[in-house]
Amino acid sequence: MTTRTLAVVSAGLAVPSSTRLLADRLTAATVDALGERGVTVTVEVVELREHARDLADNLVTGFPSAALRASVDTVVGADGLISVTPIFSASYSGLFKTFFDVLEKDVLTGKPALIAATAGTARHSLALEHALRPLFAYLRATVAPTAVFAASEDWAGGEAGSPALTSRVRRAAGELADLVAGRPPAPPADPFADPATSFEDLLRGSGG
Amino acid sequence: MQFGVFTVSDITTDPTTGRTPREADRLKAVLAIAQKAEEVGLDVFALGEHHNPPFFSSSPTTTLAWIAARTERLQLSTSTTLITTNDPVKIAEDYAMLQHLADGRVDLMMGRGNTGPVYPWFGQDIRNGIELAVENYALLRRLWTEDVVDWQGKYRTPLQGFTSTPRPLDGVPPFVWHGSIRSPQIAEQAAYYGDGFFSNHIFWPKEHTQKMVEFYRRRYEHYGHGGADQAIVGLGGQVFMRKNSQDAVAEFRPYFDNAPVYGHGPSLEDFSRETPLTVGSPQQVIDRTLGFRDYVGDYQRQLFLVDHAGLPLKTVLEQLDLLGEEVVPVLRKEFAALKPAHVPDAPTHASRVAAAGGARDATVHAADDVTGRTVEAGAQA
Repeated sequence: MTTRTLAVVSAGLAVPSSTRLLADRLTAATVDALGERGVTVTVEVVELREHARDLADNLVTGFPSAALRASVDTVVGADGLISVTPIFSASYSGLFKTFFDVLEKDVLTGKPALIAATAGTARHSLALEHALRPLFAYLRATVAPTAVFAASEDWAGGEAGSPALTSRVRRAAGELADLVAGRPPAPPADPFADPATSFEDLLRGSGG
Repeated sequence: MQFGVFTVSDITTDPTTGRTPREADRLKAVLAIAQKAEEVGLDVFALGEHHNPPFFSSSPTTTLAWIAARTERLQLSTSTTLITTNDPVKIAEDYAMLQHLADGRVDLMMGRGNTGPVYPWFGQDIRNGIELAVENYALLRRLWTEDVVDWQGKYRTPLQGFTSTPRPLDGVPPFVWHGSIRSPQIAEQAAYYGDGFFSNHIFWPKEHTQKMVEFYRRRYEHYGHGGADQAIVGLGGQVFMRKNSQDAVAEFRPYFDNAPVYGHGPSLEDFSRETPLTVGSPQQVIDRTLGFRDYVGDYQRQLFLVDHAGLPLKTVLEQLDLLGEEVVPVLRKEFAALKPAHVPDAPTHASRVAAAGGARDATVHAADDVTGRTVEAGAQA
């Protein structure tokens, strides 16, 4: 058995939150799907609500607090990422976007990712395709084709949710599991490793 | 070890009075701060360079020359000199002038500048920042070390037979530090040339400083300038002191809460934990500063930021009294006791002249292109 880490970012605000509930269902399904592929999983959950002030401070100061830095490192170092946001005013929440705004450039490049969202009505569901998917495309993450949306009516079937939601969760989890299992664990890049190009090359590059 | 202060020259409203200093007042205040720095026994005064409000210091050599004339021992430096947007020819000329006027009490700290709109005002583009820093500095070094320079590059008009005047004092250019918060290329540049590396070490977590200094030291050794622990390191620091730490916190809090850069964000307590900011008693500043050595090793220069965010001049001068009377004498003694003998002090003009084998007159006299005769030779004939 090989081991991978899965980071889960949830931007739900209420406690308990339907956003976290959806995140948990996606996580459980992904852990199962990876298990079927011979991969054990370590799960790390990042609740953005706990970092609301840290994120605002990071916008002002330009660096993350120690607590936020730990969560950023969790996400950057994970082999797969599940991101779930409530839909506010036709898009992801400001809290959700702020977390991805404060990440360093290129840190999510190639990262297997699953995107999901919740809202009170299914009429918001395309926000996944017009807001979240372009965001993760910009970040150059490798996003699973199935994005999962859950509206109030999807929870009407009780804890297990509607059959349609269950099958979407399973399909998305299978896609993410394929992406994670098909990729070797990548160590994070170290900008302070000895430079690949010498300073002489830098000088020549400038023409000086 | 050298101790001093550095200023960014911001003109900021005092949040406790609502009063905003006039440019003229703030400029004169900085002159008073520099003179006070020498009076209380500090070693270094460094002045920033900016080309946009709310800063006044567009022409650091003018200011530093005035200070040079009014002081005797103070080492004058910059924090920083914009190696990207200044013409390296003008830097070579201006700082050689200043070096002569100040009898060698001059060094510089190179920085890129992080304000995008400033670059096009000087015909440049912030996206070329690293390349500009590399090309311009390579030219600057040649202008100081070679009497006649032929040069062609990407970002400036070519030079044919150019001599930058005056030549550096005693034939030895000012020592150069390179400052960067987190671009490894700049630490690499400092290491390549055997120059100093200055980590601003304010407003940012110490981890940035630790990583950059460790990298610079490793590359300094790689390029054969000496052991990693012999590389020349400077650090910034930000302090506010009163005899009682509670008084310091209460007095500084409104300035902190409204400060440019970090104000309206984290609490003073959070920021003090996350960055090297120390607000408290002189003893707390001593203890925190001695701790810097734990993550950068033995270093050569410690500069403190004491005058920003609208603090009135009177308060800043009181900070300098505390630094000079209570903090720096202890730090001097403690750091000196800890430093191994093979770790060098910060280079000065005297030490660099000695290393060059003594002073020499570097004057370049005008030559006649056709006969090759100099004016002097003609006069003697």
